[in-house]
Amino acid sequence: MPSNQLTESGQLRHFLTIEGLKRPLLTEIMDRAEQFSGISHRQVKKVPLLRGKTIINLFFENSTRTRSTFELAAKRLSADVMNFNINTSATSKGESLLDTLHNLEAMHTDMFVVRHNQSGAAEFIAQHVAPHVSVINAGDGCHAHPTQAMLDMFTIRRHKQDFANLRVAIIGDILHSRVARSQIQALATLGVGEIRVIGPQTLLPRESQTLGVHVYHDMESGLEGVDVVITLRLQLERMQGALLPSAREYFRCYGLTEEKLKYAKPDAIVMHPGPINRGVEIASSVADGPQSVILEQVTHGIAIRMAVMSMALASQSEQAEIEE
Amino acid sequence: MTMPKTSAEIQNLLEEMAETIREELADKDPLLVGIHTGGVWVAKALQNILGEDFFDAPLGTLNIAYYRDDFTRIGMHPQVSPSDLPFEVDNRHLVLVDDIFYSGRTTRAALNEIFDYGRPASVTLAVLIERNGRELPIRPDIVGASVILPRNQHLKLRNKDGLQLEIRAAGALNAE
Amino acid sequence: MKICILNGRVIDPASQLDIDHNIYIEDGKIVAIAEDLAGFDADIEIDAYNKIVCPGLVDLSARLREPGQEHTATIESETRAAVAGGITTLAVPPDTDPVIDNPAVVELIEDRAKKAGRTMVLTVGALTQKLNGELLAEMAALKAAGCVGVSNGVTEIKNTVVWRRALEYAATLDLTVFINAADPWLQKQGCVHEGTVSARLGLSGIPESAETIAVSRDLILIEQTGVRAHFHSLSTGKAVKLIREAQDRGLPVTADVSAHHLHLCEHDLGNYDSFSHVMPPLRGVRDREQLKQGLRDGVIQAVSSHHQPLDADAKLGPFAETTPGLSALETLLPLTLKLVEDDEISLHQAIASLTCQPAAILGIDAGQLKAGASADICIIDPDVQYDCLPSAFISAGKNSPFGGWLFQHQVSHTLFQGKVVYQREPN
Repeated sequence: MPSNQLTESGQLRHFLTIEGLKRPLLTEIMDRAEQFSGISHRQVKKVPLLRGKTIINLFFENSTRTRSTFELAAKRLSADVMNFNINTSATSKGESLLDTLHNLEAMHTDMFVVRHNQSGAAEFIAQHVAPHVSVINAGDGCHAHPTQAMLDMFTIRRHKQDFANLRVAIIGDILHSRVARSQIQALATLGVGEIRVIGPQTLLPRESQTLGVHVYHDMESGLEGVDVVITLRLQLERMQGALLPSAREYFRCYGLTEEKLKYAKPDAIVMHPGPINRGVEIASSVADGPQSVILEQVTHGIAIRMAVMSMALASQSEQAEIEE
Repeated sequence: MTMPKTSAEIQNLLEEMAETIREELADKDPLLVGIHTGGVWVAKALQNILGEDFFDAPLGTLNIAYYRDDFTRIGMHPQVSPSDLPFEVDNRHLVLVDDIFYSGRTTRAALNEIFDYGRPASVTLAVLIERNGRELPIRPDIVGASVILPRNQHLKLRNKDGLQLEIRAAGALNAE
Repeated sequence: MKICILNGRVIDPASQLDIDHNIYIEDGKIVAIAEDLAGFDADIEIDAYNKIVCPGLVDLSARLREPGQEHTATIESETRAAVAGGITTLAVPPDTDPVIDNPAVVELIEDRAKKAGRTMVLTVGALTQKLNGELLAEMAALKAAGCVGVSNGVTEIKNTVVWRRALEYAATLDLTVFINAADPWLQKQGCVHEGTVSARLGLSGIPESAETIAVSRDLILIEQTGVRAHFHSLSTGKAVKLIREAQDRGLPVTADVSAHHLHLCEHDLGNYDSFSHVMPPLRGVRDREQLKQGLRDGVIQAVSSHHQPLDADAKLGPFAETTPGLSALETLLPLTLKLVEDDEISLHQAIASLTCQPAAILGIDAGQLKAGASADICIIDPDVQYDCLPSAFISAGKNSPFGGWLFQHQVSHTLFQGKVVYQREPN
């Protein structure tokens, strides 16, 4: 069951997950991002599109990087941005999530950008906001991180023309990765020929194949003939849950080295959602090497977030129009 | 003035406009900027008449979608090509071209956008048609023709077998 | 007080009775089930024409929240809900606050239940003190106080030595042990069934092995200790198979399933629907089918509510942070009889799994219609089309995933010890 993130006329009202969105909408997001990406090269790096709109970055989980790119995107659109970092342990003591939300809503907020450590949190918030408020999911638990997936698609599109003929491999902790889930759904929606996941069984979801991917447990066969190699960040606390013996052993089996990258196509691009654990999931020589597009991903993140924010807030205008 | 409709009539207007631009700006190394979509067509036509070398750089184009004042009411506009000014605007003399001058709001948005690229020495506004209905203290410097239309009628420039003007009832235009 | 229930279709699975008869009640007892009883002058006549008249329902597990969480629900509020659902006997697990590990708590609950006076509330005592899994509770005292069995509730006994001793001690006292089988480590890491839906929603999963490992271990110890045991709320097809094999080799084990596990599966989680957050989790479609098969085959003898009323706040939050459980007293009967509407089980089987079979598991004389028995009776209107409306539940807990479901069977009257304790308002 897809989320209720579209308006009746199919416009993006919230952006919670890639699941359930159609290809034309994903393409529109990328096309609009393409237009917005030019603004960063101007003398004044902003446009007045969202002037007077209030956007709150509501982060229940620390992430300076993601929050910064959302903040920058909002500012380039001339919106007013406020950052709210909430320590989840503090909320569990007193104020409930809904209390926090309604308090901030009372400040006439137009949009919440939400990050939370629980799967489904963005969906929950979207179900409880007022009708004129949009919610953008900036990562919820192990569920979804749709803007990250879209900036990855945008990066792939810049380098590879046609999604249909691509072979994409995602390496690492798929089980706990909201990025991987959203990437897989986006790649599938855009019609990618083959999606592979590579990792030990402890880091792959049970029933992985129902996500529409081919499962590999070793890099040699998993990377063979691949056009795009996506490495995921390995949370170092995974050692605690007996999911892995050590970072060293992970690197030995699944760390992306120049040697292992040779299994992929010679023109394969290497991606990583950041921040990188060098020497754990990827060798420095690959992260900084000629096939790496990791820094481009960061740049594209701003344009993608500008596109999504403006589209979601535009759908509110449409709502207002209907109400009139 | 009667409404110019045919390609030939429009061509005459364009040549008169080009002549004025030549007279007023020839010694200033001007740069040409067209507003999407009709303004770009008019700017290209002016460029053809004035010759490749008259302007100092290729034609610049503006998509003012992000500068409009009706986002809250109307939301996102359909996608068009992004703005592209392939030159520095600081201290330069710009000729800003649009097809039809009506309320002045498009010009306002375009000026805002230009100033986000830099600080030009001057901006000269050239339009093919100026019609009644001005809402802001902005008016064109160079005008092909001025016409008076009932408020419920809209004027639209088409580019099919040459430039042509069409008058439409308001509803029909919105439904497009 | 003399009551006559007229012209109903009297169904009593225990005596294989299914006949259009009157039931004559006097002084709280059934006097006769007959076409006519000469000289019986009823004070109240209940017209049960076109209705089913069956024994009052017996529910093996319902949490009433008292003592301990009276702000959520009370024995008063939940027994009112129970009789609205046709339930006249229910068993309370020991995880109240304080825990049912001493006779005083048993007395308190029985006292409150008597005051409410509309349904039999039985207690299941604790296996270990404070349910801490370390020291044995005073089971002999609990039995003497009236506990119908012992259990450690949903709190695991991790230490296998303690578990074995507890079973041996219960066997000595001839007490039935009620088990919620779950491997604590595999269960606690997740909040939903580990499968396609957990993979999609990114929720941490509970593998079916959380249940099968625990059931396997427990069956081995049951065999070793000779204790009589009952498994609560099976959720997996594989556990049904393990129980079936154990019964086939003669072990004294029984099992129940919740009504919601017979109707819902992991896909009902939809978009993080916290009302479908239950423990054990809703499993796969195949598990649901195997649970129904187990019920048909008699491996599972009872359908229970596993009622857990919750505050509204408990279900408001990101899925994993919400409290599992659902308010189920008022949906137990319509959901179980929906299986009859869907041709999954026979009407007799459905009623047996709600009455005489759970009564046998509790070892009590209830769940039957016969002369001399307590007049605990449920009258069901079998052909009312109505929407389930949790906000209108009598229970203090409105937490049900069945809102909007179309039900057909509805309780019209409930009698407890010969008194009409519930009568549905005319629609």
